[in-house]
Amino acid sequence: MLAVQDLGVAFGDIEPLSSVSFALERGEILGIVGESGSGKSLTAMSVMGLLPLQGGRITRGSVNFDGQELTRLPEKEYRKLRGGRIGLITQNPMTSLDPLQKIGIQIDSVIELHLGLNRTQARARTVDILGSLRIPEPSLICDRYPHQMSGGMKQRIVIAMALAADPDLLIADEPTTALDVTVQAQIIKLLKDLVKERDLALILITHDMSVVAQTCDKVVVMYAGRAIEQGDVQAIFHRPQHPYTQALIQCIPHGLAKGQKLTGIKGVVPTVKNYPQGCAFHPRCERAQAICSQQQPAFISVENSFEGLRTATAGSTMKSTVACHFPGEQA
Amino acid sequence: MLLRYAGQRILMLIPVSICISLVIFMIVHMLPGDPIDNLLRIGSSPQERALMTAKYGLDQSLFSQYLLWMGAMFQGDFGQAIVLRRPVADLISQNLPYSLTLGALAFAFSSVVGMLLGTLSTVVKSPMMERFVRGFILLGSTVPSFWLALLMILAFAVTLDWFPVSGAKGWESLVLPVLTIGFGGVALVARVTRVALMDAKREDFVMLLHAKGLAPSVILWRHLFPHALLPVVTILALRIGWILGGAVTVEFVFGRPGLGSLLIRALGQRDYPVVQGCLLMLALAVMLGTLIGDLAQASMDPRVREAKK
Amino acid sequence: MIDQKKSKGFMRAFKEHSVVRAFGSVLGKVSGGMMILLVFVAIFAPWIAPFDYAAQNLMNANLAPSWPHLLGTDEFGRDVLSRLIYGARTSLSVSAAAIFISISAGMTLGAAAGYFGGAFERVVMTVVDLTWSFPDILIALIFVAIIGPGLTSTMFAIAIAYLAQFTRLTRAQIVRLKSETFIEATINLGAKPSHILLRHLLPNALAPVIVVGMLAIGDGIVLEATLGFFGLGAQPPTPSWGAMMSSGTAQLFLAPWVIIFPGVIIALTVISVNLFGDELIRSLDIRERMREN
Repeated sequence: MLAVQDLGVAFGDIEPLSSVSFALERGEILGIVGESGSGKSLTAMSVMGLLPLQGGRITRGSVNFDGQELTRLPEKEYRKLRGGRIGLITQNPMTSLDPLQKIGIQIDSVIELHLGLNRTQARARTVDILGSLRIPEPSLICDRYPHQMSGGMKQRIVIAMALAADPDLLIADEPTTALDVTVQAQIIKLLKDLVKERDLALILITHDMSVVAQTCDKVVVMYAGRAIEQGDVQAIFHRPQHPYTQALIQCIPHGLAKGQKLTGIKGVVPTVKNYPQGCAFHPRCERAQAICSQQQPAFISVENSFEGLRTATAGSTMKSTVACHFPGEQA
Repeated sequence: MLLRYAGQRILMLIPVSICISLVIFMIVHMLPGDPIDNLLRIGSSPQERALMTAKYGLDQSLFSQYLLWMGAMFQGDFGQAIVLRRPVADLISQNLPYSLTLGALAFAFSSVVGMLLGTLSTVVKSPMMERFVRGFILLGSTVPSFWLALLMILAFAVTLDWFPVSGAKGWESLVLPVLTIGFGGVALVARVTRVALMDAKREDFVMLLHAKGLAPSVILWRHLFPHALLPVVTILALRIGWILGGAVTVEFVFGRPGLGSLLIRALGQRDYPVVQGCLLMLALAVMLGTLIGDLAQASMDPRVREAKK
Repeated sequence: MIDQKKSKGFMRAFKEHSVVRAFGSVLGKVSGGMMILLVFVAIFAPWIAPFDYAAQNLMNANLAPSWPHLLGTDEFGRDVLSRLIYGARTSLSVSAAAIFISISAGMTLGAAAGYFGGAFERVVMTVVDLTWSFPDILIALIFVAIIGPGLTSTMFAIAIAYLAQFTRLTRAQIVRLKSETFIEATINLGAKPSHILLRHLLPNALAPVIVVGMLAIGDGIVLEATLGFFGLGAQPPTPSWGAMMSSGTAQLFLAPWVIIFPGVIIALTVISVNLFGDELIRSLDIRERMREN
């Protein structure tokens, strides 16, 4: 239902995002992972059509949503999709709600706008949704102001707002980063249940590989504005081809044997202004050869057989795509 | 909730008023020169002088003078003007309406035009508009008001003969003073509105408002504008005192009666009770201004209502 | 931050100094250049002015701008341009001196209030808030009324009118800095209050105060002119921009240039002070800290 093809984004003459492609169906959760500054949020903003707000524009590629080409969609049509068919959940619930308006009104407005209900009908629906998100005393909550609630509660409100007009696609941009660890797990579980109950498609943007492993069906790994590896979650976690993906997986603290060292990735993420020539990862890569600093690697499809793997169905194959001159499992 | 906040806020005014009245009383008694000199004919005897001093209570201790003054004030008695030989309350009630009309008009003019200009400069994305507003803000906040008043007279009263040069007869005489005071006010309000709107635009929640699919005009008027209004209201409330008291120069140039002119004249003649009365009225205006500002802010921002519990 | 600069060459340190960097933009160059020019004119007034500022010549009274009186003459036949040039001395020095006094006193009060807190802080801040919400022209007028007209009292009146601003700003900076880790560490290490205040807090609070002070010099010039206009500032024949306009009012219809030119100069001065102040704020990168005022 959502297909992004060869997406490129520019801010002035800087190109922080190039050749990003992925596809997503109803009931699926797609994880986009990467360190901060890798272009995760920009991808989300491109799909939402909110790039111009930050001064950016889509220069290449296509975003196809349910047969509609979004890159050429007039702003007025786009506004019907936003909040209506595509919901957004932002990173920091503390600052995501208008502090001067009561919570009920902030959710009502989405319903009134997209579903054309009147005030009382909208409020009834708001209370329903809040209740379905296991928020206690929903009708009382409606008369509260954002500063009167906890972070986890606010994030539930933001989720309720995203769900208010019954969307088909939900984009969650680091929905748990600003929350306490215990609340994080609750919110992730909530999102997972919602996808199941409502047959939604969900894009989950995060820098946390373990969250991806627990929740997602598909993964896109981003580095320096490019999708360097992607595929089914099984394939990525059990047969990672790109050295960066491998390093990310190794960074997950659990599942290590006793005595095994917890590794980090050497070096720092390049900033948008100085993406390295060739493969952007080569300055930090152990496999780097001369070609890596000269030529950008093309995307290669890899098919993995999962024989002998306990978690996968015997004999099935899982596909992934990787952009690396020397792909392959770790030596 | 709002009522309780208002109650607390008004209670807080009591110590402040006592403080203000003390300060004003002290200032006035630090003024040099003896008002009795103005009243006595040259060559009056010391007996006549003592009689006169006693009549105005100037022979008692400072503290008892203060108590007497405060006590009388609660009965609406602001004392007797020494030089003008009339009750101060009369003088003030005679001049106050002029100040209030001028102040109210200038206030309305500067807030409406200022907010409009400030909003326009952030909404209309043209370099011309931006430059115009920035230039206007710079000019309005730097040009001395008495000079502007003189230029106004020169251009619109003398050369073009559209409005009277001075005086306070009819609405025509109000136009130039209002414009003069308003000019600086417009610049100030426009600047605060502009900065506040740009700050509000950068807030995180604005992104989510766009993501809700709201039209930009709805976002501007229903969400950004209320936010921008908070600092504007604070500034405007402070401005109430400024416009009443700061109008001194404009009243002077245009030869208008008003609290400012009265104060200037009283200062020149060392007429203690009048100076006291004028300062007290101005202080009252400043206090009322901040009170109104705080209440307006509390009614708009739920966080303020609760923070000051 | 400052120590790093010492190791660099002098020229490099000079070029990287924030005041020099403020000259970087076009606006910075124009406004900064204008300020330097004004100070230059004020200092060298006797050599620059074409006529004696006090020389009266009733035959030449109220001449319109023409050669040799480029900006005309006033009702006593005195050359307006020469009086403007000498007036720069009065206006600039009175305003600058006033602001200097105001900054010194305001920083002392504000630092003491911010550092010691308690009842002392409450009393100081109540008085400061009171005067702050009063129009500065009224404060100055009352003060001049107390100690009598003249340039000295004008200076003190301006100083008092802006005292509240510097006290507030310094206190806000000190309170903010006090909660920062490095200051807390210094306190916990047992440094003396005077050491912390003089070596750590005040130097860090200085930049915003100086910039606000510079902007206030512009306001001070306007205030000086206003007092002069009321006849409470410079007394004749001392030329000051405001006093020139005061005597010019009577001749408004006859010789408008007598009041137009001083006003233009005041406006130009204050505008360049403001523009340069903006550039300084940018080059010092203290916009956020200025907001606290």
